[in-house]
Amino acid sequence: MSRKFTKTLGAMVAGTMLAFGASTGQAGTTTAALGDVDDPIIIPVHNWSSQIAMSHAVGQLLEKIGYTVEYTTTDSQAVYEALRVGDVTLELEVWEGSFATAFNAALDKGGILDAGTHDAVTREEWWLPDFTIAKCPGLPDWEALNACAEMFARPDSGGKGVYVDGPVEWLHDLDRIEALGMNFIQIHAGGAAALWAELESAAANDEAVVVFNWSPNFTDALYGGAFVEFPAFHDRCKTDASWGINPNMTSDCGSPAGGYLKKAAWDGMPRKWPAAYKALTRINFTTNMVGTMAMFVDVDEMEHADAAARWIEENEEVWSAWLYASQ
Amino acid sequence: MRGPGHPALEATTTPFKEISLSRMKDLLLKGLPPEQRAKGALVLLAIVGVLILAKPFNLIPDFLDELPQHTYQSSINKEIQEIKRTELVPIGAALEWTFYYLRDDLHVSVVTRFFSTSLKALVDVVHNILSGGRKGFGLDAPPWSALLVIALTLGYALKGWRLSLLGGGTVCYFAIFGLWTYAMTTLAYLAVAVPISIIIGLFLGIWCYKKKSVEVSILPILSVAQTMPHFAYLIAVVVFFGIGHQTGVIATIIFAVPPMVRLTLLGLQTISPEIVEAGKMAGCTSRQLLFRVQLPSARNEIMIGINQVIMQCLAMVVIAAFIGADGLGFRLLHKLIALKLGECVEIGFAIVLLALVLDGLSKAWAEKKRDYRANLPFYRRYKYSILLVVLVAIAYILASYFPILNKIPRDLDITYAKSWDGFIDWTVVNWQTRDFRYIMLVHILTPLRDALLFMPFIAIMVLVAGVGLLLGGYYSALLTLGFLLFIALAGWWDRAMITLYMVLFSTFICIVVGIPLGLWSAMREKRARTALFWCDTFQTFPSFIYIIPAIMLFRVNDFTAIMAVVAYAMVPAVRYTVEGLKNIPPELHEAVTMAGCNKRQRLLQLQLPVALPHIMLGVNQTVMFAFSMVIIAAFVGTIDLGQSIFKALSETALGKGVTLGLCVSFMALTVDHLVVRWARERRRLLGLD
Repeated sequence: MSRKFTKTLGAMVAGTMLAFGASTGQAGTTTAALGDVDDPIIIPVHNWSSQIAMSHAVGQLLEKIGYTVEYTTTDSQAVYEALRVGDVTLELEVWEGSFATAFNAALDKGGILDAGTHDAVTREEWWLPDFTIAKCPGLPDWEALNACAEMFARPDSGGKGVYVDGPVEWLHDLDRIEALGMNFIQIHAGGAAALWAELESAAANDEAVVVFNWSPNFTDALYGGAFVEFPAFHDRCKTDASWGINPNMTSDCGSPAGGYLKKAAWDGMPRKWPAAYKALTRINFTTNMVGTMAMFVDVDEMEHADAAARWIEENEEVWSAWLYASQ
Repeated sequence: MRGPGHPALEATTTPFKEISLSRMKDLLLKGLPPEQRAKGALVLLAIVGVLILAKPFNLIPDFLDELPQHTYQSSINKEIQEIKRTELVPIGAALEWTFYYLRDDLHVSVVTRFFSTSLKALVDVVHNILSGGRKGFGLDAPPWSALLVIALTLGYALKGWRLSLLGGGTVCYFAIFGLWTYAMTTLAYLAVAVPISIIIGLFLGIWCYKKKSVEVSILPILSVAQTMPHFAYLIAVVVFFGIGHQTGVIATIIFAVPPMVRLTLLGLQTISPEIVEAGKMAGCTSRQLLFRVQLPSARNEIMIGINQVIMQCLAMVVIAAFIGADGLGFRLLHKLIALKLGECVEIGFAIVLLALVLDGLSKAWAEKKRDYRANLPFYRRYKYSILLVVLVAIAYILASYFPILNKIPRDLDITYAKSWDGFIDWTVVNWQTRDFRYIMLVHILTPLRDALLFMPFIAIMVLVAGVGLLLGGYYSALLTLGFLLFIALAGWWDRAMITLYMVLFSTFICIVVGIPLGLWSAMREKRARTALFWCDTFQTFPSFIYIIPAIMLFRVNDFTAIMAVVAYAMVPAVRYTVEGLKNIPPELHEAVTMAGCNKRQRLLQLQLPVALPHIMLGVNQTVMFAFSMVIIAAFVGTIDLGQSIFKALSETALGKGVTLGLCVSFMALTVDHLVVRWARERRRLLGLD
């Protein structure tokens, strides 16, 4: 991927960085602590923009301090197995809602490290775009949604509203509709692209739609919208049937509003690339940062490497703290 | 050549003992003689009918009706509920254990990992030569204009100015629409995958030819590999070779080798014995015989094989991106997920162009005959090579003076994506499909699916095995029964039936639309050529792109998946119809024209019956395409085997994934076996072989 360009930009940024290092008197990490700079650190990229751009940003930063970096495209679920055996070195976005299962399974098997949590919180929940919220008073409250269920009906849904959920492998609540006694049925889109196609189609035809979505995501900027407000999540909601509105069933609540966003690393990384691992543990994305990255790519249509370079240019304080914070 | 006479006729002249032997053989391999088939079919339908009708009256015992399995029960209002899964036989677990035993205890992974690392080094080197960078030799990227002149010269030298312009145009397309780096990555990947597939295919093909035992054991494996959904064996590839760009190359090779083996074998087997005799008499050693006589004589088939390898590799460009192959495919997938459809189309055409150019070049190279007798001076014999060197040198020199000839500026920003986006949006708004969808889903598709799910599994097994018995005797009956039994025992029956219903309905639409379209196209020579051109284009256009506009038009449901499958599987229905009609021997045309047939009579009495076996092979291909696309259509959100395969892929559940893949493969092979058997017999009866 446009290596030459990345290289020139890299040189530019490295120049600024050197100047910065000299002016503040902070010496960069010494070569001894870098470890194996010839063998590439392999960063997996997945298929959503913020992750790819952020991975490129981190990759470019690691290159500044002397590492060799390679990017490889992988499935976002299969990556944890690859991390365990060292096929890839680190993972920057472990979303609680979608990847906690795979991540925890890998932790149990061994070979993978939990490299800390970002400040950014994630949320994965039923989501309504603005053009739908305007159609029914009281949205995004779930009871209002239920009252307007007919608006969400499809030819084949038998008069019930249709909630377009993500693929089954994303492991969602299958019982919530029943637990809350909603007049809805749930269908599964086959992937993220299918979800966005549903949204786009509804937007073009100005029809009501409720889909599974997450935050931070590019859809906020594109359509505007809000998560459906279900009864707030509580630990007991998942295990204790008596808790909540429905005394006979679990799952009578929404998803956790502040899911974690973690980093993960192959357990050989601290030995092989000590300085890079230190930097990884200090790397900290905020919700805003992820949103900005997604904006650069999805709305401003920048290439990932360019978006990363631009972010590096504009956020020197942020990343210099990651790379050079005193221990 | 006429086939052997009818057994009933022979019976009068052969002694008793031989009759019974030949009858046994007939029963085993041939099925019922044609005039008894109608009766047999009636009996079969009656049995199946009784089995189905018995169900509402509770006359079918439960163990013949429903299998314990992993299923979703669905009704018209689609209330989905999962039933706990029980495998009758732990096929998945056994497969999983075997694979991990191979990998970890027998250390097969050492070999596979070594292979994967060497492949990576190779890809890096080629990639470096094409587009520079740090990997490989660390060379600088050649100027894009050098590649342009290479494409132009190659095309001209091999074929003429048309191919030359196509090649040059493709290079310009990559450059202008900002796809250069991605295209070079894909090209590097193809430059490794294609030759390796050809070499492995040739080797296996020759080996099969030399040893019958190898042929017998390899051919079934090839059949399964060709019908197995890509995503199912991607899991196995990931487990053995890891992830990354090179793994994509390996998956592509696995997919591209089978047709090469088959065609090499076919080519070698159809050499007339006289040629081989002549070679032997000339005193060839067996190696000389192979390389100087047999392989050159099989040249035609081998060239078709190479062409197939290229097409298969290009078809894998997007799919391999799922396990880490970089380049145009990954770019397309990423744009698809961000719903940038216009850009997807732009990239899709880049892949089609690449396919057309590589196909054109390889065909032209194959047709080029060397003139052995010409005794030309050096500069004339090598005129194109010299021209090439001179032009490339000029390109390098000019590129050093004019940067635009060296590297296309990245901010060129030329694209026609927006107009596609506009077109797609317009279509979505203006084609209201709500009522249409309602009729299709509620009155046709859902009842069809429920009917298949309602049928006792024993009824379906009897039906399929019975058809096998009618067409191909006990051998076919047992084979197809075995295939179905696997699905039943593995515990995926209901999901397999849902997959089957989508395939059947898609095939039905493809036949109803595709065959008449093919007939119409074949009426005029020019139309036929246009139709074949579009078939080529659609076949290499990445099928993923159809899915998203289909969802935008029809939303998430089975009908959408079926529409996406139809768009993809229509191609062979049209292509084989056109080819079947075009290939009718001209003498036959003359004969019926002289006999005073009008156009209509000619079509009904001559063209259709004679072309029918070939058209049926087209239908067979349509079914194969539909099976492979219906799995990809799980992206829409279907509740069938495809959905489970994707789940297995993301969980890296090897055993489950392979079992599911085999289920799909066996269903496809069942259809394939029956249709091919029928078509072959039909061709023999028509005296076409």
